Amino acid sequence: MEFLVASAIGVLTAGGIYLMLRLRTFPVILGMSLLTYAVNVFLFSSGRLTVGAPPILSDGVSVYTDPLPQALVLTAIVISFGMTAVVVMIGLGAFLGSDDDHVDDPSEDADDKAEGTS
Amino acid sequence: MNHWIIAPVVLPALLAPFIVLAARYHIGIQRTLSIAGVLALIIIAAGLAFQVSDGSIVLYQLSDWAAPFGIVLVADRLSTLMVLLTAVLALFVLLYAIGSGWDNRGRHFHALFQFQLMGIMGAFLTGDLFNLFVFFEVLLIASYGLMIHAGGNERLRAGVQYVLFNLIGSTLFLFALGSIYAETGTLNMADLANRVAMIGPEDTVGIRIAAVLLLLVFAIKAALVPLHFWLPSSYAEAPAPVAALFAIMTKVGAYAIIRVYTMIFPPDLDVTAGLHDLWLLPAALLSLAIGMVGVLAAKRLDRLVAFSVIGSMGMVMVAISLFTPEGIAAALYYIVHSTLAGAVLFLISDLVRTGRADLNLTPQPPVAGNALTAGLFFIGAIAMAGLPPLSGFLGKLLILNAAYDADLMVWIWVIVLTSSLISIVGFALAGSVLFWKAHSIEALEDAPIHPRPAALSYVAVGGLISLLVAHTVFAGQMHAYTTTMAAQLFAPEPYISTVIETPGKHSKPTTEDH
Repeated sequence: MEFLVASAIGVLTAGGIYLMLRLRTFPVILGMSLLTYAVNVFLFSSGRLTVGAPPILSDGVSVYTDPLPQALVLTAIVISFGMTAVVVMIGLGAFLGSDDDHVDDPSEDADDKAEGTS
Repeated sequence: MNHWIIAPVVLPALLAPFIVLAARYHIGIQRTLSIAGVLALIIIAAGLAFQVSDGSIVLYQLSDWAAPFGIVLVADRLSTLMVLLTAVLALFVLLYAIGSGWDNRGRHFHALFQFQLMGIMGAFLTGDLFNLFVFFEVLLIASYGLMIHAGGNERLRAGVQYVLFNLIGSTLFLFALGSIYAETGTLNMADLANRVAMIGPEDTVGIRIAAVLLLLVFAIKAALVPLHFWLPSSYAEAPAPVAALFAIMTKVGAYAIIRVYTMIFPPDLDVTAGLHDLWLLPAALLSLAIGMVGVLAAKRLDRLVAFSVIGSMGMVMVAISLFTPEGIAAALYYIVHSTLAGAVLFLISDLVRTGRADLNLTPQPPVAGNALTAGLFFIGAIAMAGLPPLSGFLGKLLILNAAYDADLMVWIWVIVLTSSLISIVGFALAGSVLFWKAHSIEALEDAPIHPRPAALSYVAVGGLISLLVAHTVFAGQMHAYTTTMAAQLFAPEPYISTVIETPGKHSKPTTEDH
């Protein structure tokens, strides 16, 4: 199980970083989402992997899972979800405005052209 | 318990939704509320700073839960100074935004501005690493909105870069927090300081990785080379008042580095040995050099200012990475100076912009109010380049003095002095092209008449400059205060014991104990 979780985090991270290096809005946003999934699973495992144990105190239970990473993951999920929505909106706006979905700066002459029209 | 500590966070947090909900279509009411809020913030921040100036540490436990189980806010000399600096900067930026009408060129400027303040204040006051992440996100979300305020294709494109880069930074931050929690089982800074010191030398792999990841995250925020690529475009394309407010955001990264790497991973800790002098110092020197070369090479005034911000962050980080009390004291003095100087220059570049077609460093007919703007630019450039008589010069002297005993002393002195010279040439070139050569260019017959910038804009810039002058005149007192601050940072025991030992809810015996 440790191997499964660890390799899942590794594959998600590798895929996310590869997609982010594509430097076009859509793959980069997909890569960002993969990376946030990876980090969510990673945060989960930071409280050690325990199967089928309750996170809150109850009678007659001796094995608990750590509740704090679950709270952290919840916060992280909400934030990354909202952030993805924001970046999709800004990316869409930039794409519709300039008809170009490259994330990096345009080259020098393209830059001059864009400034001439703005 | 003293409830005033949380006021700098709660006040903007309440004001912002009120502005959105109640004053949505009334720019006058928005402006009044925003100014009133910032004035109140200044008073509260000054009160807090006065309260802790005797070296005491004030703790606030949210819902009375004791650390490390509950979230705590902590006010000490360093955090209250940064809070006060933010509040004062915000006032002048807001005056400029109102004077120049930037706040009316898009929706919700004031609400986002307040949220931004909430995030920055929270980041300075929190005593919990995960809470620091949350406040980073708050200030970033607000900054995304402010960055693309008033729209435009160029700005949106720069906004996408800015947002994506910071999202990657946030993800790294989460990875760092995950590994710290896995290693130590806590995220409270004071508790971490105790537990990291207990980790034996044989199993430090995880905590080493966490320390480096955390440093990377803060270095992204502080725009340290080679993690600075987000800064030039986004600061240059952001609306000028927003860029001026962002001058404090890079300092959030510097603050976090000072806080975490003096308390949790102090310089004499074996776990992180070599991180400061082997990695941080060369990176800081490199960003100083690249920033100032960028000043010389920039083709547009706003990019020039953005690179000078990178350079001055490099200067701050050089002083920080010495990790001696003298170095930190010099860095703190320089942080205040560089925040004010950066903001002044961004605002002045907007004053220039109002009279010209663009900010390219080419001779164009004189702008309205040329003489006054040129004079202000002269003062701002002197401050940023670190020439006497302004505080940049004193700050640089303090840093050079602190670096006198360092191993890399020759490198530090050579790079600091050479980069200062380069930046002086860069600013002189830009100033003479913008303001002097302008007089030899005839205005076209059909050229549009640009109105003179509003008086309030000049008041805001003049106010910031007068703060710089005050920072120079009272340099003795200021440096004495930052020295006591550095002493407090290098003796974190009172901080740790205040946070850990103050009783809260959990220590009260309950009748139905499990």
